[in-house]
Amino acid sequence: MAGPISAQGAKRGFAVPQVPKIAVYVIGFIPAVWLFYEGVNDRLGADPMRYLEQALGLWALRFLIASLTVTPLRQLAGVNLLRYRRALGLLAFYYAALHLVTYLVLDQGLDFAAIWADIVKRPYITIGMATFVILVPLALTSNNAAIRRLGGQAWARLHRLVYVAAIGAALHFLLVVKSWPPEPLVYTAIVLVLLGYRLVRSLAKKASPRRRPA
Amino acid sequence: MLIRRPSDILPSEITPRDAYLNRRRLLAGAAGLALAAGLPKPSRAAALSAVKSPLSATDEKLTSREDITTYNNYYEFGTDKASPAAKAKTLKTSPWTVKVDGLVAKPADYALEDILKPVTLEERIYRMRCVEGWSMVIPWVGFPLADLIKRVEPLGSAKYVAFETAFRPDEMPGTDTIFPVLDWPYVEGLRMDEAMHPLTILAVGLYGETLPNQNGAPIRIVVPWKYGFKGIKSITRISFVEKQPETAWNKQAPDEYGFYANVNPKVDHPRWSQATERRIGEGGLFVKRRPTLPFNGYADQVAQLYAGMDLKKFY
Repeated sequence: MAGPISAQGAKRGFAVPQVPKIAVYVIGFIPAVWLFYEGVNDRLGADPMRYLEQALGLWALRFLIASLTVTPLRQLAGVNLLRYRRALGLLAFYYAALHLVTYLVLDQGLDFAAIWADIVKRPYITIGMATFVILVPLALTSNNAAIRRLGGQAWARLHRLVYVAAIGAALHFLLVVKSWPPEPLVYTAIVLVLLGYRLVRSLAKKASPRRRPA
Repeated sequence: MLIRRPSDILPSEITPRDAYLNRRRLLAGAAGLALAAGLPKPSRAAALSAVKSPLSATDEKLTSREDITTYNNYYEFGTDKASPAAKAKTLKTSPWTVKVDGLVAKPADYALEDILKPVTLEERIYRMRCVEGWSMVIPWVGFPLADLIKRVEPLGSAKYVAFETAFRPDEMPGTDTIFPVLDWPYVEGLRMDEAMHPLTILAVGLYGETLPNQNGAPIRIVVPWKYGFKGIKSITRISFVEKQPETAWNKQAPDEYGFYANVNPKVDHPRWSQATERRIGEGGLFVKRRPTLPFNGYADQVAQLYAGMDLKKFY
């Protein structure tokens, strides 16, 4: 997660136009509104339920990835989007919730026997559900009051679970498809690069604790 | 985001099917077999004349031509359902030859026209169940595979029939990827009794017209009691062999896709249930799952082929 912003880094970083945070939510929900609108008007192709389900899941993964790019962007390019990270993370959660509701209601028709069988028998469903469960406490503590209550360090530790969620989401995507089509491989590669960057950086920091991060 | 737009309306969509099929029959004398006439690669489907078949499943609502021709699995043209309709136009389907070889009295490279000359095309309305859990009802035009097999006279030692799809990277953009999705060319196979079964057809058309490329033009297999991936498309080779041939999906994931691949609600795919299916075009967003039937509803005709076999083992 984000460390303290060094004065040097902040000075070097070029100015990002100050867009109100609400704009991120408004823009972020456009795909969902569009999908439901097209779906209700039967314009999502031959298998609209499946299209909606997959598109919502994919948007959840995209926003999760977007939230994970905030720190490397700041550290490597000096672009500071920290004030939008909470919105991006919450959008990932909202899309994951819509994805899950679509699966439960439209796909499985609330057939809880079938849903339970899926959860215990199908690894990709097990992983998908576990990933959603991980996102819940992160979403619930994505507010200033929670940060104050938990304290910054404990909050940051808790929110490292987002790394597990990102791996879970990528695995869930990889396991649902037949063979190895490019799209889930590309998303998995992006997740691995973003997490690998953090791992390398923390190892480098441990090796030479005095060096200031570049 | 890709939102599919309806393509040009085809006559088959606005004329009642019976009416246009009758009209086709009247015109048949003049038009002849568009395929046999060796027309240059049609940019638009050409009309075919076909007789109705008692083997059709007629009580179910047909899936629309739009859905059948825009929602396809044909990985040689990409893994996305919409890719084949967008990209398969590059496949050159004329001239077309099918190599017949192996344990057979009359091996040869047969021109498609010669294969079709003596056959009577039939309309076969079949349910199609994809291994992914969706289904359609498709009015194929074709003829029994048995007709062709009898003509080329397989030897007594031939126990299986192996099929191969065209493999042309220049015309098939989906085969030209860094990680091949499948081990090209696509191959499939049937046991001889399955291949000779009257329900098994070589299809050359659907909805009374020649097959669109994305549906496997110019000639493909349809085995209605098996999962859709057994219906190999754009066939260039038919081999008669003694041993059970390799199949493309079985090579890719042997524990997920068996040689038999009979539709069976009791044998799940390892990653999803096969107990139910979604009928394409039914219910839109609020699609209701319907129970999947053993042998896709063709158990009366084909179950005896597998008498005594453990269908959980031979999935």
